[in-house]
Amino acid sequence: MPAVQDTIDRVRKIDVDQYKYGFQTEIAMDKAPKGLSEDIIRFISAKKEEPSWMLEWRLEAYRRWVTLDEPKWARVHYPKIDFQDLHYYAAPKSTPGPTSLSDVDPELLRVYEKLGIPLREQEILAGVQKTDASELEEASDNVYKSGRVAVDAVFDSVSVVTTFKKELAQAGVIFCSISEAIREHPELVKKYLGSVVPTSDNFYATLNSAVFTDGSFVFVPKGVRCPMELSTYFRMNEKNTGQFERTLIIAEEGAYVSYLEGCTAPQRDENQLHAAVVELIALDDAEIKYSTVQNWYPGDAEGKGGIYNFVTKRGDCRGHRSKISWTQVETGSAITWKYPSCILRGDDSSGEFYSIAVSNGYQQVDSGTKMIHLGKNTSSRIISKGIAAGYSQNTYRGQVSAHRKATNARNFTNCDSLLIGDQCGAHTVPYMEAKNATAQFEHEATTSKISEDQKFYVMQRGIPEEEAIALIVNGFVKDVIQQLPMEFAVEAQKLIGISLEGSVG
Amino acid sequence: MLEIRNLHARIVDDGTEIIRGLDLTVKAGEVAAIMGPNGSGKSTLSYILAGREDYEVTEGDILYNGQSILEMDPAERATSGIFLAFQYPMEIPGVATMEFLKVAMNEQRKARGEEPLKIPEFLKRVKDAAALLDMDMAMLKRPLNVGFSGGEKKRAEILQMKLLEPKLCVLDETDSGLDIDALKIVSEGVNALRAPDRAIVIITHYQRLLQYIVPDSVHVLYRGQVVKSGDKSLALDLEANGYAGVIGQAA
Repeated sequence: MPAVQDTIDRVRKIDVDQYKYGFQTEIAMDKAPKGLSEDIIRFISAKKEEPSWMLEWRLEAYRRWVTLDEPKWARVHYPKIDFQDLHYYAAPKSTPGPTSLSDVDPELLRVYEKLGIPLREQEILAGVQKTDASELEEASDNVYKSGRVAVDAVFDSVSVVTTFKKELAQAGVIFCSISEAIREHPELVKKYLGSVVPTSDNFYATLNSAVFTDGSFVFVPKGVRCPMELSTYFRMNEKNTGQFERTLIIAEEGAYVSYLEGCTAPQRDENQLHAAVVELIALDDAEIKYSTVQNWYPGDAEGKGGIYNFVTKRGDCRGHRSKISWTQVETGSAITWKYPSCILRGDDSSGEFYSIAVSNGYQQVDSGTKMIHLGKNTSSRIISKGIAAGYSQNTYRGQVSAHRKATNARNFTNCDSLLIGDQCGAHTVPYMEAKNATAQFEHEATTSKISEDQKFYVMQRGIPEEEAIALIVNGFVKDVIQQLPMEFAVEAQKLIGISLEGSVG
Repeated sequence: MLEIRNLHARIVDDGTEIIRGLDLTVKAGEVAAIMGPNGSGKSTLSYILAGREDYEVTEGDILYNGQSILEMDPAERATSGIFLAFQYPMEIPGVATMEFLKVAMNEQRKARGEEPLKIPEFLKRVKDAAALLDMDMAMLKRPLNVGFSGGEKKRAEILQMKLLEPKLCVLDETDSGLDIDALKIVSEGVNALRAPDRAIVIITHYQRLLQYIVPDSVHVLYRGQVVKSGDKSLALDLEANGYAGVIGQAA
């Protein structure tokens, strides 16, 4: 089916103005000098007031990193990154670490307000000062009804505030920045940090282990169902600064937690690096649901600027009957290199990966998952929807493997790609390996194009062009959208519409 | 209601001229049948009326209620009251038929400056229309046209036509792929839409459909022109004697 001429014309005119979060904030920052060395790592560790074991851990990772080369196997192209030309630490001077909301620089609060982040506790608290206790209770009730989300807000290298901490603590849930966890809960961090993604894992994970600055820490104790959604909002603001997020989530026996992360960055001509490591650990009968809405600045119409998003995310279904589910909506970044994976170690454990990756302009996406079946009767499910428009390249790369002892491992993979226009590309690279004869792996893949026929049909019913394309695309991604927590599903749908705006008029 | 004047149109991609000086007038309240052999330009005419971009009008005009529609895109034509029941309705995966109906009905209401339908009112209208076409409500929860049989797709087209209440209905080979029972039901659905303020254009290859939807006028299309017009007896004549006689006169 020939591409719609009109669509191609409009793709050419793609305008970065549609990136709504591209504003930058002038705020006094405390920065490390450019470059990477053992001294810089000592500087970061000192800023974070870390114990000496943490510094040693970082230094060991750094010494390994200098011996490593960047991975080249992904289907992405970019000029060589000069790792000495970056700042590895940047924190607002006014708010150098997590604090209570009332102490946060109002300028920072305005940033999050502008981004529409549900720091709703903030409003409640603001109201508290003027009202009495009974009204406060009423206010909290309202928050309950509207669906509550606790937020950890990370600005460049530091977490500036974490909401609902007290209430979560009452349920036994620890939700704080990783920096705080290292100071306050060293025994937990020591036990679990690096246990899923070892410092030696890969180039970017090793780099992250050396220089990570902030991210979230979640600990849900045995038998506890986390009483609300948890989320972290990452904002990269400072120029020439890398963001090295580190997140660690632990669900003990029978625990449940649903976590969501969101990300945005200002519009800049220079590329910026975000290299994150996320580790999830689920013990017996535990369940972790991890959702991402990634909307880093994607670069301009000519492909200038944008975030390099090189991320290692892995979940370990360490316990029997445990479950880890990754859901991602990827619309931003100039380059995405990301494979949220599950190690299905416990017997009867299960892993899921639901992904929507939208690329437009000159974006490059190489994303997918790994499902490593080690335990008996483990199952995994992969649903990936790639949507490519403009001149973008969108690759699904996935690996499913069954270990010798993984009897009755089951996997179902479905990868669909949708092309808008004829200058973009979609690629599917599945690897499958079964070392146990009882494994059952199924793989389905399709590539289709929004045809002139479909668009004409929908428009003939009175639906304008842009809505027609959005309707068809939303139908295409429906299976995945349904996996997102309710209140984010609508946001994600809108975001997909906005990301494709330049391509459909 | 519809006035086509000396219409010439070609395929944008390769410049092939398909419509070559076509004249046709259809009045409000009229049911007009357009017949003709394969390749005469029948389906092309329906696409051009609906505003498909693959075709370019090089000469002549299409007037709808006295106004030229050539500059309007397909959605604008649809909201102005032009409906095309497709010969091959498209599948829209992941979009429930109900959802699609709601979006389409509300977009049309929006274009007319009306409020969106309240859910109970919407459901009532859909239920009533579906009952008339002997359609199962469960089917309407499935993605639009996905996995529908040929007959189900055609019924779904007529259902949409009924709910969108167009003023000019164009039915492209609606009878193809229908068994006799489905043909009767679909025809009854169309007949129920006959109204003094509505024109219906039926494009068909065979006279069969016209036994159930009796036309006021019949026009024979050949090589992109209307070569003969008459009343319903013309359709019977064609059935008995084939197109050769009519075409012979034209050539």
